[in-house]
Amino acid sequence: MSVAGRLRSLVPAVVVGAVLVGLWEGLVRLFDVQEFLLPRPSSIAASLAEQWSTTADTLGTVPLREAGLNTGVIAVTGLLFGVVLGVVLALIAVRFTRLGDAFTPFAVAINATPIVALAPIFNAWFGLTGSFSNQAVVLVVVFFPVFINTARGLTEVHPDQLELMRSYAASELTILRRVRIPNALPFFLTSLRIAAPLSVIAAIVAEYFGGPTSRLGPVITQNASFARYDAAWAAIVVASGIGLALFLLAVALEWLATPHGRIDQDRED
Amino acid sequence: MADGGDVTEPAVTLAGVTKVFNRGTADELTALEDIDLDVAAGEFVSLIGPSGCGKSTLLRLIADLLPASAGQIEVFGKSAATARLDQDYGMAFQSAGLFDWRSVAANIELPLELMGWSKADRAARSAEMLSLVKLDDFGGRYPRQLSGGMQQRVAIARALSFRPRLLLMDEPFGALDEMTREHMQNELLSIVAELDTTVVFVTHSISEAAFLSDRVVVLSPRPGRIHSVVDVPLGNRTAEVREHPEFFKKATEIREALRAVEAGA
Repeated sequence: MSVAGRLRSLVPAVVVGAVLVGLWEGLVRLFDVQEFLLPRPSSIAASLAEQWSTTADTLGTVPLREAGLNTGVIAVTGLLFGVVLGVVLALIAVRFTRLGDAFTPFAVAINATPIVALAPIFNAWFGLTGSFSNQAVVLVVVFFPVFINTARGLTEVHPDQLELMRSYAASELTILRRVRIPNALPFFLTSLRIAAPLSVIAAIVAEYFGGPTSRLGPVITQNASFARYDAAWAAIVVASGIGLALFLLAVALEWLATPHGRIDQDRED
Repeated sequence: MADGGDVTEPAVTLAGVTKVFNRGTADELTALEDIDLDVAAGEFVSLIGPSGCGKSTLLRLIADLLPASAGQIEVFGKSAATARLDQDYGMAFQSAGLFDWRSVAANIELPLELMGWSKADRAARSAEMLSLVKLDDFGGRYPRQLSGGMQQRVAIARALSFRPRLLLMDEPFGALDEMTREHMQNELLSIVAELDTTVVFVTHSISEAAFLSDRVVVLSPRPGRIHSVVDVPLGNRTAEVREHPEFFKKATEIREALRAVEAGA
């Protein structure tokens, strides 16, 4: 699909989004819903504009721009560490299958644990002042989908392709480089698409449990506790924006890295 | 298409070849027992038999993708292992086994790349092979853009890109529709004739075996043994051969051998 065609395909989604926001605004006004239950989109937008670079100093929070930047950095760095760890361990698990068999169950067990529940523990381990407690939560949350998907892509190679490579007298390392890694690439990119927005969720939830107040999590909780719901919503909008941006980045990466995945449309017969 | 009589060195020699899977366990299975078979250079030999007769296993033993449990396997006078390391054979499977992320040309060039050919030499050879399988304009496409028949042609081009003297094929046309299949059979014969390639071909299609082969080896199952060998002296395989009475006679002969196999004779 061309870039223009791709943009055109976004039009219905944009229209639906605009209609939904319009409905929200209209219904809240029509039924005179209290602002603390559900602020109007226009109030949220006004609050966002107001707090973007300044702050209501009575709460001691920071401007949304700064809070968003801090949380974004935590999400992105945690994401990067988690992705690197997931890929490295997947490569090790495939290269040394016995080792992989030994630690895959633990990876699965970690995934079954509600990891954000560990946030207070991480605070105790890594301290409340720095970023590492929050980053560690993001890292662990991101690690699992990347590890499992990449390991699957590295192992789920068609047996004929492996036999073919062996018929060429190719070494295991050559098979890894020429077959397993390219085979795993789409799996890895899919996991990245899952992990990217997950990293923002993990960062914010981790921030709820503690850490410096100059991040989106505390901005949301503090504004909510002082009934400044429009400001809390404005911070949520910023968080959504970061999540969406990371997701779109992952989608773009996927599109760029797998040219062969884009050509399903024009099969020759 | 040699009839084998005037050639000195056989391409493949199997003597007393036996393959037992899971030896010494409860799942022990004798897939092949005491197989003796010579394939002459330039010959086209098909292996046919009911499922479980070990025909694919036999092909993998020749390819040294599986070790034999007993017996001797020689490919061009060398051990199967040496022949594999020397890249004396090319291989094609039912799933074309193309790499989705490589263009058609890059798929054909893969074995050459592994052999360390220069980029220019690889490009020249892949262009030549594409022309041979009549896909001249498709080098830049990706496998998923091609139909099943076209993918199989790419697989054949890849298997023959480094000009091996032996081609091992495991039901390469099994997933194709009948018309495409016949078309591919004609093309395969003209390609292997042009490159003077010996072929060992696994199939479960009687007409395919009769049309392609100089000899058809009928295997019986559990354990896999050679039941009979049918000579198919049909001369030059033109499209008309498919309607020739002699072709039907040979197909009937193969069919009766398969019936005898299934009846346990």
